Amino acid sequence: MTTLAPPQPDALEPAPEPHGLRDGGRRRGVAGDHLFRWLALLGGLMVLVVLGLIAYSTTTKALPWFRKEGLGAVFSDNWDPAHHHFGALALVYGTFLVGALALLLAVPVSIGIALFVTEVAPRRLARPVIYIVDLLAAIPSVVYGLWAIFVLLDPLANLFSVVSSATADIPILKTLFANPSATGRSYMTAGIIVAIMITPIITSITREVFATTPASLKEAAYGLGSTKWEMIRGAVFPHSRGGVVSAVMIGLGRAIGETIAVALVIGASQNISLHLLGPGDTMASAIVLQFGEASGTYRSALIGLGVVLFALTILVGMAARGLVARVDRKTGAVA
Amino acid sequence: MTAFSAPSDHRSLLTPRPGSRGRKIRSVVASGLITLAFFVALVPLVAVVLYVIQQGADQLNWAFLTDPIPIDRAFGPGMGPAVAGTLLITGAASMMAIPLGVLGGIYLNEYGGRGVLARVIRFLAEVMTGVPSVVMGLFIYTFVVLQTKEPNAFAGALALACLMMPIVIRTTDEMLRLVPGELREGSYALGSRKSRTIRTVVLPSAAPGIISGALLAVARAAGETAPLIFTIGIVSETNWSLFNGPNTALSAQIYRNALSPFPGAQERAWGAALTLILIVFIFTVLARLVTAFFSRRQTA
Amino acid sequence: MTMTEDTTANVALVTTGVETPIPQVSTPDESLPPEPPEEGRELVFQVRDLEVRYSGHTAVREVDLDIAANEITAFIGPSGCGKTTVLRVLNRMHDITPGAKVFGRVTYHGEDLYSSKVDSAEVRRRIGMVFQKPNPFPKTIFDNVAYGPKINGRKRSEMADIVEHALTRAALWDEVKDKLKHSGLSLSGGQQQRLCIARAIAVEPDVVLMDEPCSALDPIATARIEDLMEELKREFTIVIVTHNMQQAARVSDRTAFFTAEVDDEGRRVGRLVEFDVTEKLFTAPSDARTEGYITGRFG
Repeated sequence: MTTLAPPQPDALEPAPEPHGLRDGGRRRGVAGDHLFRWLALLGGLMVLVVLGLIAYSTTTKALPWFRKEGLGAVFSDNWDPAHHHFGALALVYGTFLVGALALLLAVPVSIGIALFVTEVAPRRLARPVIYIVDLLAAIPSVVYGLWAIFVLLDPLANLFSVVSSATADIPILKTLFANPSATGRSYMTAGIIVAIMITPIITSITREVFATTPASLKEAAYGLGSTKWEMIRGAVFPHSRGGVVSAVMIGLGRAIGETIAVALVIGASQNISLHLLGPGDTMASAIVLQFGEASGTYRSALIGLGVVLFALTILVGMAARGLVARVDRKTGAVA
Repeated sequence: MTAFSAPSDHRSLLTPRPGSRGRKIRSVVASGLITLAFFVALVPLVAVVLYVIQQGADQLNWAFLTDPIPIDRAFGPGMGPAVAGTLLITGAASMMAIPLGVLGGIYLNEYGGRGVLARVIRFLAEVMTGVPSVVMGLFIYTFVVLQTKEPNAFAGALALACLMMPIVIRTTDEMLRLVPGELREGSYALGSRKSRTIRTVVLPSAAPGIISGALLAVARAAGETAPLIFTIGIVSETNWSLFNGPNTALSAQIYRNALSPFPGAQERAWGAALTLILIVFIFTVLARLVTAFFSRRQTA
Repeated sequence: MTMTEDTTANVALVTTGVETPIPQVSTPDESLPPEPPEEGRELVFQVRDLEVRYSGHTAVREVDLDIAANEITAFIGPSGCGKTTVLRVLNRMHDITPGAKVFGRVTYHGEDLYSSKVDSAEVRRRIGMVFQKPNPFPKTIFDNVAYGPKINGRKRSEMADIVEHALTRAALWDEVKDKLKHSGLSLSGGQQQRLCIARAIAVEPDVVLMDEPCSALDPIATARIEDLMEELKREFTIVIVTHNMQQAARVSDRTAFFTAEVDDEGRRVGRLVEFDVTEKLFTAPSDARTEGYITGRFG
C-alpha cells in the first residue's frame, strides 16, 4: 500500500529567486497555488454541502407527514391516501421483504461466480468472466423493468399458480405461496429482478476478498490433503468471512434503493402479507408511482418516505461496518 | 538388530482411505455448481440484451432518433426529444460533476491526507454513493423545482450530478493514491509548486483510471430514471435548452411507455431501450479500453 | 504438473551423492561413530533423475535420492539451489503451482508417486508438510488441529483425544490446553509453528516434510522444535530443508547438499552434489564443493 499522505509541499518551497523579475512571478505562482488548493477544497466540501442540503430540505418538507402521523408514520400499517392516512409500515415491510428475497437469490449465485473466477476457472477465463458480469450492472434498471414486464410476467404468473396449487397442503409453504398474483406482479418477481441487479456488486466485492486469500493458507489446506472444495471451505471462506458480510450488506443497501424496476413489477398493493407470490409495494416504488397525483400532506408523506429510505441506507451501511469488524475480531483474521 | 522401528502401516496410493472417493466427488460436484453459478448469471444478461435487440432493432433508424414523439396511441418512430434530452442532461451533469469530483478527489488525497476533514468527507462520499437515486430526485425537486416552479433539464442534470459526484471523487481519490510518492518528490525537487505538480505530474499519471471512472459514472447517469421523473417533466418536441421549459429523456420515456397499453408506445419503448443500452455499453467499453490501453503503455 | 514416465526403475542406477554399500574415500576413523547398518533400511522415497521446470526454465536437475523410514533427512545448500523445489516434489505440491512441470521418477514405498492414477490429495494425506512461515488457519487452536482429522472422516467424539494427542506430541499441549478456543493466530511465532506441526501430525501421516521450519523463529523456539524432531522421527519419516548447516548437522541422519550452477543463459539451475550420512558429509565430504560450503568458503 502506498502511503496515504503525500509529502508536505511547504517544506519544499523552492529557494527565493535572485532576480527582481522573478519576484513578481513567484508571488503570482504562490497565489495560483493557493487558488488551486481552495478549488480542490471546494470540490471536497461539495459532498458535505449536498448531503447537508439533502437532509435538510427533504426533512423539512416531510415534517407535515411526521407531525400528522407521529411515530405511526413508519410504524402503523395504514396507507390509505384517499382517506388521508399515511402509515407506511407496509411499505417498510415490503422494502425489506424484497431485499431479503433478492439477497436469498443473489448471494449464493454471487459467491458461486466469485469462486468460479478465483478458484475454479482457468486463469485466462477470469478477465472475460468479470467483464461479462459487470455488464449486467451496466444495464439500466428501467430496461430490466421493461424486459420483465413483457418477458417475465406471464410465465411467472403461470409458474406461481402451479406452485401455489402444488403446495396448497404443505404447512408453511401454503401460506408463503398462497394467493398468487394473476398478473405475475409480486414480491417474488421484484425479488428476482433486484437479485439480478445486485449480483454484480456482490460478486465484485466477494471476488476481491476471495482473491486476497494468502497462498500460504491455501497451501496449508492442500498440504493436509484437502480436495479443492475442502480447501475453499477451510482456507478461503474463513479468511473471507468479513468481506462476504460486507458484500451482503452492500447488496442489501442497493436492493433497498432499487426503484424503477421494482415499481414496474411489484403490483403496488400496500399490505403486510406473507404471500410472496402476491402483489406488494416498497417505499421507493410507492414514491415513484404515486408522486404524480400527490399533493399536500400526501406529497409530504412521499418525501418523508424518501427520508426514511435515506436513513435506512445509512443504517445498513453502518451495520455493515460494525458486523465486519466483529466477524474479523472473532476469527482473528487479519483484514 | 535394526536401528529402525517397523515401517508404518501404509496402504497403496492407489487404494485411498475410506471416504476419499466421496470427498473427491463432493469437490467435483461443488466445482460443477460453482461453474453453474456463472451460467445462471449469464442467462439474464443474454436474455435481456438479446430481447432488447430483437424488439428494438426494427425501430432504430434516423427518423426514430430525430423525430418528435408521437402520442401513445400512434404507431411510428420518434424519440428525438428523448435522445436529445439524454445527451443534454447527461452532458450537463457530467460537466458539473466530473470537474468538481476530480477536484474533490485531489483535495482528499493531495491536501487532506489523514486529517479529520478528509476522513469525514471520505466517509460521507461513501455514504453518498449509497443514497438511492429516487432520494436525489426528491431532493432536487424540493430544493430546486419547488422554488423555480418549473421542471427543466438543468434540474435533472443537477440530480444526476449529485449521483455522479461521489463516484468520481472516490475513484479519483483511489487513483491518486496509486501514484508513487517518488513522482511527486521528483517534481518538487525541480522547484515545482504543489498545484503545478498535481496538474502536470500526478494527474496525468492517474488520468487513465480517473477517466475510466468518470466514463463509468456517465454510463450510470445516462441510465437513471427516478431522478429525472421528479425534475424534468415531459415534452414531445426536442428542447435543447437547459433552463427553459421541461424536457424528457430516454430512461423516462421507457418508463412511461412500459406502462402504456398501446403497442405503438411499447414499440418505441423497445427502440429507446436499445438506444439507451447502446449508449451505456459504449461508455462502459470505452472505460475499459482506456484502462487497458493506458496500463499497457505504462508497463511497457 | 505433468510427469513423463521414465523407464528407469532400477535401484542400482545411482549417480553422485547417493550412498553405496562400499565405503569410499576415507578409512573408518576411531573418532567417527559407527555408521547405521545398511540392511533393514526401509526406503520411503526413491528419486531418480528428477528435474523440475517452472514455465520452461529448469530450476533443478539430475537429482537422485533415497529417503529412508524413520530418519531425518536434511537438504542443505545456498539459496536458489532447488532444495525447496525438490522437497515439494515429494508431496506433489507442484501440482497446484501453475507452470511447474516435474520430470523423472519418484516412487513412494515402491509405487510411482506421479502416476496418473494417483490422486494428489491422497498423496498429501500421507505426506504432510510444515511451511517456512507458520500458517495456522484463522480458526481456534482446536479447530486448526482438528481440521485434518475432520476432513478425513474421524468422528466428532474422537476429536478431543486426537487434538490432545497431536498437541502433546508437538510439545504444545501444556501451553495451550486452557485456551483451545483461542484463535491460532494469538500464539507466538514458535508456538504457531508447533501448532502447524501438531496440525500436520494429527492426520497420522507417514512422512512430514519441513521447509525451513525454524527460519522465522528465535533460537529458543528453534531449539525446542529441533528437540521435537528427534522424538517425532520415531513415528514419522522427516525430510527437512534448512539453510542452517549446524541445524542439519545436529538433527539429521542423512544430508543432501545442493548447489546452484549458472547455465548458458545466465540463470541458476540447482543440482544435487552429495548425499550421505550426516556425520560423514560434514567431517569427510566427498565433493570439493560440499567441503567449500561446509567450511564457509562460499554459500
